[in-house]
Amino acid sequence: MSFSDIISLLRISLHAMVPLALTALGEIVGETAGLFNIGLEGILLISAFAGALGAEAAGPYVGLLIGMVVGGGISLLFAIINTYWRGTQMVTGVGINLFAMGFVAFGLIQLGAPGFHIVPATVVVDGVEKAAQLAKFRTPWGMYSPIILLALILPFVIHWFLERTRAGLMLKAAGEMPEAADVAGININRIRILAAVFGGVLAGLAGAYMSIAWLGLVTKGLSAGRGFIALACVVFSGLNPMLALLAAFIFGFFQALAEWVKTMPSAKGIPYEFISMLPYIVTLLVVSGAIGRVRFPKYLGTPYKRE
Amino acid sequence: MSVTEAQQQSRLLRGVHRTLTGLHPALESVVAALVGLIAGAILMAAWGYSPWEAYSALLDGAFGGSYEWSMSLSWATPLILTALTFSICLRAGMFNIGAEGQMYVGALAAVGIAYFSLPTGLHQLVGLLFAAVAGAAWSLVPAALKMMRGVSEVISTIMFNWIAKWLALFFVIRILVDPVRAEKTVSIPVSGRLPVLVSGTSLSYGIFVSVAFALFIYFLLWHTTTGYELRAAGLNPAAARYGGIRNKRTMFLSFILGGVAAGLAGATIVMGMPPTYAIFGGMPQLLNMGFNGMAVAMVGRNHPIGIILSAIFFGGLNAGASWMQIKAGVPLEMVNVVMGAIVIAMSIPTLIRVFPMIAHASKNLLQTLRGTKKEESA
Repeated sequence: MSFSDIISLLRISLHAMVPLALTALGEIVGETAGLFNIGLEGILLISAFAGALGAEAAGPYVGLLIGMVVGGGISLLFAIINTYWRGTQMVTGVGINLFAMGFVAFGLIQLGAPGFHIVPATVVVDGVEKAAQLAKFRTPWGMYSPIILLALILPFVIHWFLERTRAGLMLKAAGEMPEAADVAGININRIRILAAVFGGVLAGLAGAYMSIAWLGLVTKGLSAGRGFIALACVVFSGLNPMLALLAAFIFGFFQALAEWVKTMPSAKGIPYEFISMLPYIVTLLVVSGAIGRVRFPKYLGTPYKRE
Repeated sequence: MSVTEAQQQSRLLRGVHRTLTGLHPALESVVAALVGLIAGAILMAAWGYSPWEAYSALLDGAFGGSYEWSMSLSWATPLILTALTFSICLRAGMFNIGAEGQMYVGALAAVGIAYFSLPTGLHQLVGLLFAAVAGAAWSLVPAALKMMRGVSEVISTIMFNWIAKWLALFFVIRILVDPVRAEKTVSIPVSGRLPVLVSGTSLSYGIFVSVAFALFIYFLLWHTTTGYELRAAGLNPAAARYGGIRNKRTMFLSFILGGVAAGLAGATIVMGMPPTYAIFGGMPQLLNMGFNGMAVAMVGRNHPIGIILSAIFFGGLNAGASWMQIKAGVPLEMVNVVMGAIVIAMSIPTLIRVFPMIAHASKNLLQTLRGTKKEESA
């Protein structure tokens, strides 16, 4: 294994880490406030699709923005159902995932490409040639997406927000002790909705990142369990944003490793299918090793009802 | 009004009330299904399709005649079983979304019976047994991880679905592959097939396996001590433990029963699906049957009888989808969109009340508008 191999492995790991990290960070904020969204997988898929459409129509930044809006919008619906209407969070999440699978497959057919759609590097908008994919930074060690930087900084910002600001404390109160928070004049439902929408925006960004800043394509199986791996990151982290970033990197690394091993001539003997299982097996191992010390908000997953 | 008359009347009212509350869950499912269908219609209209044309083609293709009914029931066969997987575990208080993977493994095990010959009757039984054991075995690891390490079954079962998918692809492409036709696995011999019930359709005796298992679960849950313990553990684990119920035992049992159901679902697909009785390369017959089972379970209100009815509804959606695609030009994936919308609608417990809520809100809005107008004019 040469030095350049290691660099390329790290580069792919960092890129694979981003969607997991962003999604997990958003979910940490949502879970701190008391909402558990297992519909992240669906949000990733739909926003990847919507982001790609937006990028092809008006450039990569619009694409990212549309991904965020779509992610935030779905989460808004999720949050309204599970606060004011006191719905069942798990069921809504499952519904979002089913809906997304059908919708993206349907949408891809509408684009004339059953199964998958490649996002072109450039598109012509009003006679002018424009980039459709987000430009990557050129460094001596290869090309890097700028979103990696965001994924590396955001955990610290969120940690500061949750631990050091009044709003962060209100968020925690909404998840830990909604009754007391309510008495203190905090609008529990509104706080929970805001937290969930923030989480959805991040998941939407993660989805759009996959289609227009990383892989450059949309398939009906693009999310490939990443929404659930992100949930595993959250479980591993015990709602600590920095640990979630670490977990996302570990999972990203094993995804990269799987992709990398597949291309190696010396790995011809190992069936491709077994290498593809690796990230999921590691997820299971890491989560089963981490459990026990983790404590979640007391009112996670319970709708708040004023007595 | 005499006293007895009043008593009679109150008894009558109570009866009506009981019937209505009994109907309430069914009504909620119907409203959720309507909401999902409306959401699908809006999307279809947005893409320039005619929802009316699409839905009438769907209805025709689903329940238009005996052929259509047979195809709908054939779709319902595995859905009943995967729905039971989800709902048994939910009854015991767990969110098992592993039916998909357990079903793959069950289907693989069922294909395994192609490698030996047995007399008809016994061969099918062995196939079903293989599939049931394989499905149960695949569900044991998430159950053990939950019991011993406290790993959430939501995460472990999903990871096991992905591992099962790659494992199944490995077996289909490399181990069980048909030496003559590489795009599929070996075919199950005639002696191991579930006979076709209505000739010319894919409705097989598998439907009896599904319905019998659903009735068995119904009997188990509501007419045995074990079932009572299972439900008690689901409703209130702490109280169940104080009551002397061994929660871990009920948890394991529900996972195993769920695995058996999902494994059988895989078996009914490969052993009862003409003409090839084999799994194809990308597993098109199997994909998403487990996930769709969750939708079936929710609309069936987690009750075995409700699940049979809702599986027929969803089976009809799936069977009618291809006719909808041919006749109205709407891609059949639209059916999954409708399914997702139905489940989202199902998650709102106050769904029936949402409509009066909207009415109330709009009345309030109108009143405020009128109020402001009055202020303006004054």
